[in-house]
Amino acid sequence: MDSDGNPKRTPPALCLIPREDGIPRAIIPHDIPERYVKDARTLMSSGGRFLGLWASGEPEPRIMAAFLLREGLFVLGLHLPPSKGSRTFPSLTSFLPAAGRFERTVRDLYGFLPEGLEDVRSWIGQGLWALPPLSLPPGAPVPETLRTDLPEYPFVRVSGPGVHEIPVGPVHAGIIEPGHFRFQVVGEKVLRLEEQLGYTHKGVDGLFRGREIASAARLAARISGDSTVACSIAFAQAVEQALDFTPAAGARFLRALLLERERIANHLGDLGALGNDAGLGFGLSQFGRLKEDLLRRNRKHFGVRYLFDLVAPGGVRANLDDKTVLDLLEEIRFLTSEVTDLQKIYDDHGGLQDRFQNTGVLLPEVAQRLGAGGVVGRASAQAWDLRTDHGGDPYRRFPPALALAHEGDVWARVRIRFLELQESLALSRALLEHLPEHSIAEPLPANSEPSEGLGIVEGFRGEVLAWVRLAPQGVISAAHVQDPSAILWPALEVVVPGNLVADFPLINKSFNLSYSGNDL
Amino acid sequence: MWKLLVKIFRTGLLTEKKSRTVDPTSPSGFERSLAIRHVDAGSCNGCELELAALENPYYALSSEGVKFVAPPRHADLLLVTGPVTKSMEEPLKKTFEAMPNPRRVLAVGDCACDGGVFRNSYAVHNGVAPVILVDHQLPGCPPTPEEIRLAIQQIFRKPRPERK
Ligand code: SF4
Repeated sequence: MDSDGNPKRTPPALCLIPREDGIPRAIIPHDIPERYVKDARTLMSSGGRFLGLWASGEPEPRIMAAFLLREGLFVLGLHLPPSKGSRTFPSLTSFLPAAGRFERTVRDLYGFLPEGLEDVRSWIGQGLWALPPLSLPPGAPVPETLRTDLPEYPFVRVSGPGVHEIPVGPVHAGIIEPGHFRFQVVGEKVLRLEEQLGYTHKGVDGLFRGREIASAARLAARISGDSTVACSIAFAQAVEQALDFTPAAGARFLRALLLERERIANHLGDLGALGNDAGLGFGLSQFGRLKEDLLRRNRKHFGVRYLFDLVAPGGVRANLDDKTVLDLLEEIRFLTSEVTDLQKIYDDHGGLQDRFQNTGVLLPEVAQRLGAGGVVGRASAQAWDLRTDHGGDPYRRFPPALALAHEGDVWARVRIRFLELQESLALSRALLEHLPEHSIAEPLPANSEPSEGLGIVEGFRGEVLAWVRLAPQGVISAAHVQDPSAILWPALEVVVPGNLVADFPLINKSFNLSYSGNDL
Repeated sequence: MWKLLVKIFRTGLLTEKKSRTVDPTSPSGFERSLAIRHVDAGSCNGCELELAALENPYYALSSEGVKFVAPPRHADLLLVTGPVTKSMEEPLKKTFEAMPNPRRVLAVGDCACDGGVFRNSYAVHNGVAPVILVDHQLPGCPPTPEEIRLAIQQIFRKPRPERK
């Protein structure tokens, strides 16, 4: 017994088993709410980062909260005992404000009530459903609230002389995903920004239930199209951990290569769009052509422009012959020199620098408080990158250098992308030069007992996380894939106030967050 | 500055020549130009990436007189992606209603055609057709820019069903 009168438990670190395919990851079951809160606190105070929170009805109601430490990934799974009314769980927001939106989502979708949560406005569900949709059995019709009964979303308003409000969205100008932004503005200056998301909520967690592994993998690949490789790898890792299977070295190399191609394509696209948003159309066309060249090479060698469905549980569906490897190496040489040229132009361009510098500053201490990772975090001195920290094989053999900046402005986020492009190209070259002669796909073992697994991978935007619960015979009983956008959206809200309204598109682009990956 | 200019000259003109298939029976209106309002009705953003590619130097859709516009009142074509989530139903309808006649609707991607991988979820409408009348559908997950370009070409000069 420890001082609280609870039975002694194994300290979390002891549950971690090193893994060949990436960072150690473990699920820690909890039955006592107070212990769950206490462990969450301990994980946070030992330098952990909160990555997300979700619920599951399988096999019994549970709350899952994910934390990334240097040692590995921990997911606390709190079982919710049956109760007469709605099931409740303790909110983590008193010390972890980032948990708020996730807890509101759980309330919307499952009806479990977060105790101690102050902001109880409907979030992802937008009050559309009369009953929490995932509290019903799969396939059951979900009663909807009458449109006329839908209340206005109570935005927090600022009042005072000259303050006015600008509503934007859900339909935006241009080819962008839907979401609503509410600005409180005085003159040209933003005083407050509030997001209202959930417009792309497709009920993904519900759709996972009861699917075969292969069809669930197709769904996981479409959580956020720009991160399809990252989502697929995270999902595959989770299934593989649940089945106690390690993919062959050949598969791990190819996965790493595909992931870097996805990162390169996205960074190229973002750098072009950022130049354009700051008034340099030249950037858009130059980076646009480089990205298009890359996509066409993807088509030629992998059959698809965006790398959908190439990574599957068990391995990869792509093979490289010698000619392809040589062609890809040639591409890397070409891209490296092109990107270097363009970086010089961006560096020297006074107009760009003027728009980029000191715009949309995310201070390092704020980034840390919000748990920002990925490109946004690294531009604000948050030194986390799964590939450099403990990526497992092949990252251990060819670790990319960590890209880091401290200013936290748009320019820092641009620079991080340039740095990461070069590192990605170097890593891709190393991977291509050392491709092992191993099989790239193997049949998955069967499972006779239900089991669970986790996966996590450094996508182009940040850490993509997956959790899977398998029923016997390879059927998914529940799964959840978490894009880092959900953690980063609140950071955008913090960064924009104090800037001009006209700078919002630029700042937003420098974050480039996914709506679909947030709303699920 | 000279670095920038050198780069521009070295890159040259990349826009590819395209054939244009025109149906001579169509009414005037969409002959030389077309303004498109795109609405993402809950896509995974894969289709958006390919739509955005249409504006890169290789495809340069605007050189064919086709451009994406913001106000629905300026638009001839409503291009919809995504399975139409329940919360995008209203905004989609409103955008459509704000468009002047003649107008057309093109559903792009498996999701917009029939819900795609998200089909039969409680949160989606299984595509655009259950919500507004669709003129053209383009399957694919995601369809390539070339396929999207050809689908847009079909809108030019084709008989249009009368509609209120
Ligand atoms: S059709 Fe495919 S790529 Fe397009 S939005 Fe749907 S899932 Fe994404």
